[in-house]
Amino acid sequence: MSRGPFDGKAVITGAGKSQVGRRLGRTGLDLTIEAVLRAIADAGLAPEDIDGVASYPGPGVPDPGFSGASTNELANALGLRTRWFMAGVETAAQIGPVIEACMAVTLGLANHVVVFRSVWESTAQADKGRASVLFGEGALPPHLEWQAPFGAPSAANWLAMPLRRYMEDFGLTREQLAAIALNARRNAGLNPAAIYREPLTMQDYLGARMISDPICLYDCDVPCDGATAVVVSRRDAANGLPRQPLTVESAGTGMFERGTWDQRADITTMAAHDVSQTLWERTSLTPADVDMAQLYDGFSFLTVMWLEALGFCEHGAVGEFIEGGERIAIDGPLPINTSGGQLSGGRLHGMGFLHEACVQLWREGGERQIAKDMQIAAVAVGGGPVAGAMLLSTR
Amino acid sequence: MSDTYTKPERRLLPTPSPDSTAFWTGGREGRLLIHKCGACGHYFHPPAPACWRCRSTDVGPQPASGLGKVASFTINRQPWIPGMPPPYVVAIIELDDEPDVRLMSNVVGLDVDAVRTGMAVQVFFEDWGDVSIPLFRPVEASA
Repeated sequence: MSRGPFDGKAVITGAGKSQVGRRLGRTGLDLTIEAVLRAIADAGLAPEDIDGVASYPGPGVPDPGFSGASTNELANALGLRTRWFMAGVETAAQIGPVIEACMAVTLGLANHVVVFRSVWESTAQADKGRASVLFGEGALPPHLEWQAPFGAPSAANWLAMPLRRYMEDFGLTREQLAAIALNARRNAGLNPAAIYREPLTMQDYLGARMISDPICLYDCDVPCDGATAVVVSRRDAANGLPRQPLTVESAGTGMFERGTWDQRADITTMAAHDVSQTLWERTSLTPADVDMAQLYDGFSFLTVMWLEALGFCEHGAVGEFIEGGERIAIDGPLPINTSGGQLSGGRLHGMGFLHEACVQLWREGGERQIAKDMQIAAVAVGGGPVAGAMLLSTR
Repeated sequence: MSDTYTKPERRLLPTPSPDSTAFWTGGREGRLLIHKCGACGHYFHPPAPACWRCRSTDVGPQPASGLGKVASFTINRQPWIPGMPPPYVVAIIELDDEPDVRLMSNVVGLDVDAVRTGMAVQVFFEDWGDVSIPLFRPVEASA
């Protein structure tokens, strides 16, 4: 049987998370070190064992607090001796570096790679919010040339348009879409580390103010400070480590159309659809094998996109699939976003979903632990022209 | 909400690149200049040094009709930019000249709640000195 692109050799052996919160006043590097040291200890390793580092996005992204630390800063701070490292933003979304780490260990370039993503957007933006991105440096950032002159500097604007088209073409209703945010909040209530934990009702959702109609406040995730890290190991280097290694069964990295927010031939699909195609091409597993999914929810519409892109339902049919939320609940057939996602847990920017998949497969979710037996988890991250996905297993 | 459009106090203005200068300045002569491929004859956007369809580098700005349809839109309610108060409509406009070429822009000149997907719209230009911003309004209103 095929063991996927990494031949079963790439495994996750540890995961760690820093303190997560609003305006913690800590630096990105400080949070990164906390998460990385936790992940290394969680794997039963010492910093001396780590010979690779990878991260998204690396230095050079101007948005305040978006780039918590570079691999170089981390390696310097911890005195790591790396045999392989990388960081980048042009990869399969925020988990792209995890996929690259899988390649590195499979090829023998490293034994144990620590991969991290850290943000301190809440502290960096303070009360200037998104505007600090636009006015901090004076000139309009080139990547906003085609949006910001029209008063559309936010992904909320760019995603509200495909969402409206999806609602009009396929009949997705706001009541149905609400299931994503309500599910996240219900799960966050079971997660002491989540940021927003008080109950959220359908009435709250439907009455919330619009940000960029039809995207309302509760469809948007919450900026936070925090860091997440995992250790990717080569299976034969992981013998004797305390945790059951989680095998990376497949990786989705496809990008078949131009990387824009509005020029895709069918604007009710996204790069998520291309990524999903490559994810399934590379494995003998199928969507029916997936026991749990952790699906990016920077905006709730992105979770909708991933549900259909990954093949859990037909194109256009997500409304019925999520209606009422039972199917995606912790005790449902396809539990999703069990930590509260980014909508209620905080925007750890993709890697939080991988962390939660690991926690659940290791059965350490506490109150929010999925009760049923599980072998396979899908993790999918990103939105618009940015997407990446992985399958993990306990096999 | 008035149905007459008032120029906002402020827009975040682009700093045109060699590829995008024609797009951002064509409005001064009342022209919507969209990159077109001399080899395969198709328009494309955003402007670039090669045609993504056929890879020809025989490309350059050509006048488009300025007519299009609203592929989708959003009513922005969040104040992002001082001097550009909400609500306003941000839309993806499909050009009649080449329906898979889409521009992000504002649809103005009518109540924000009256904008519809599929609505026929026509370009006009707003002068901001070095650049001229292409905006759209319903075809009826601009006749």
